[in-house]
Amino acid sequence: MSNLRDLYQEVILDHTKHPRNKGILASANRHADGFNPLCGDKVQIFVDVENGIVKDIRFDGSGCAISTASASMLTEHLKGKSEKEVGVLFERFHNLVTGEKKLSDDTPDLGKLIVFEGVREFPMRVKCATLSWHTLMAALKNEKKEVTTED
Amino acid sequence: MSFMNTTAKNFRVETLDVEDIEKIRQDFPALSLNIHGKPLVYLDNGASAQKPLAVLEAMDRFSRESYANVHRGVYQLSEQATTAFEEARKKVQHFINARESREILFVKGTTEGINLVAQTFGRQNVKSGDEILISAMEHHSNIVPWQMLCEEKGAQLRVIPMNSTGELEMDKFEKLLSSKTKLVAITHISNALGTINPIETIIQKAHAKGIPVLIDGAQAVPHMTVDVQKLDCDFYVFSGHKLFGPTGIGVLYGKAKHLEAMPPYQGGGDMISSVSFEKTTYNHIPYKFEAGTPHIVGAVGLGAAIDYMQQIGLDRIASYEQELLEYATEQISQIKKVQLIGTAKKKSAILSFTLDEVHPHDVATILDQEGIAVRAGHHCAQPVMEFFKVPATARASFAFYNTKEEIDLLIKGIKKVLEIFK
Repeated sequence: MSNLRDLYQEVILDHTKHPRNKGILASANRHADGFNPLCGDKVQIFVDVENGIVKDIRFDGSGCAISTASASMLTEHLKGKSEKEVGVLFERFHNLVTGEKKLSDDTPDLGKLIVFEGVREFPMRVKCATLSWHTLMAALKNEKKEVTTED
Repeated sequence: MSFMNTTAKNFRVETLDVEDIEKIRQDFPALSLNIHGKPLVYLDNGASAQKPLAVLEAMDRFSRESYANVHRGVYQLSEQATTAFEEARKKVQHFINARESREILFVKGTTEGINLVAQTFGRQNVKSGDEILISAMEHHSNIVPWQMLCEEKGAQLRVIPMNSTGELEMDKFEKLLSSKTKLVAITHISNALGTINPIETIIQKAHAKGIPVLIDGAQAVPHMTVDVQKLDCDFYVFSGHKLFGPTGIGVLYGKAKHLEAMPPYQGGGDMISSVSFEKTTYNHIPYKFEAGTPHIVGAVGLGAAIDYMQQIGLDRIASYEQELLEYATEQISQIKKVQLIGTAKKKSAILSFTLDEVHPHDVATILDQEGIAVRAGHHCAQPVMEFFKVPATARASFAFYNTKEEIDLLIKGIKKVLEIFK
């Protein structure tokens, strides 16, 4: 049960029920679609990048609590960050949910996103947490191809 | 053993009682597992079933004492292995009441069985402009092989629609049958919805127009008596692993007249009578379709699984599982936020459901923490999900070793999910 509470933390449930920055971003100059064929989760990420800075970011789609909250919290956390910082954060987030590497204290830090640490106890759910991140990275690279968790 | 008791037959519908189930559960080692510190409640039988000791021991004994390649050696051990392998074929024959054992082909599973028919019978009989008729509730394995064939031949895949309860629209089915229809390929029981399709009628109506019918029986054979002669289907396919047997072995039944006329599926050893560099003469059926060393141990295990089920009795299994379905449906329907997907009048013991505002993946993760194994996802039936406008469902699929107490735990688990997502 303690594992479950670690996974479904209040913050995560709050973002699941009330996702932030959800819907199309008209001003987006970057965009990508993500899909998890195993569970059917779909996410679209829209980013407005100006001078290498994420000026605005929104997401759309449907998925489980973990994937929805991850997308929602990602949009909140990354607004104003540079593309380079986003790249570093992606790596740190990935390490956080997989438990692969110990995190150093370097900036930029994950802030509230640390709540996803509980995911590492649920290996089957790592892809739920990282789908929106992979999709975001594709959007920043302007890759037109749909991102899937199964490549 | 009480499940061998037949005296009750005369005055009540035969089913399995609490004592029977207790004994049966002891036959399945996996059912004593603990998951996250709780007793396993295994409700994913639609995906694959657990194995009784009888199967595990038969495979082990055969591997230790009687193993050699089949249809080859003149030595005693090979003869013993061949006898055991062919005995298994006969067990399958009697299990589904096929006329002859040569109508039973061993394949990897349902998927390979359907692909075999598509690549042999299909390629031989389907031409440009022809049609293959499937239904709206097929598993991907009874969609994609036909799509591939249609693409190759310039043929058309047509689909029998279903209604909102998950029943086929039979009037539309009849209208879809035409002179262009070269095959009807349909599931006996829907893996995603539990619907038991009226395949007797479907076969009759198709045959009235001279159209052969393939039945995907993967979800049916573990739960009810199947008689291919009575059904009169042309092909019937199922997997061993859903039938409490091992993975990697399955069965394609085909009427001898079709199998004889069909070209081979794969080339290799065992499927030939004679080979020279100029010409190869193919073996007779069923060996024409069994190139290479087959899954000998798997066939022996499947035979043991069939023995085990017949010892309990398919009719008692069916009757008991209907009790489980009835109880589970009643209990789950009392939870307000649950939507059952698939409410056909005739159903197998499968409950596909969604919860308001909770994704099936989250349901499955939380239930897993309670030791309850259910499937969450599209169940390899994406068109079904699309029809019901859900991305996925959670599915509890029962077998005869499940109990009402386990259903109570499932219900408790679902309430816990709702509590967490309150």
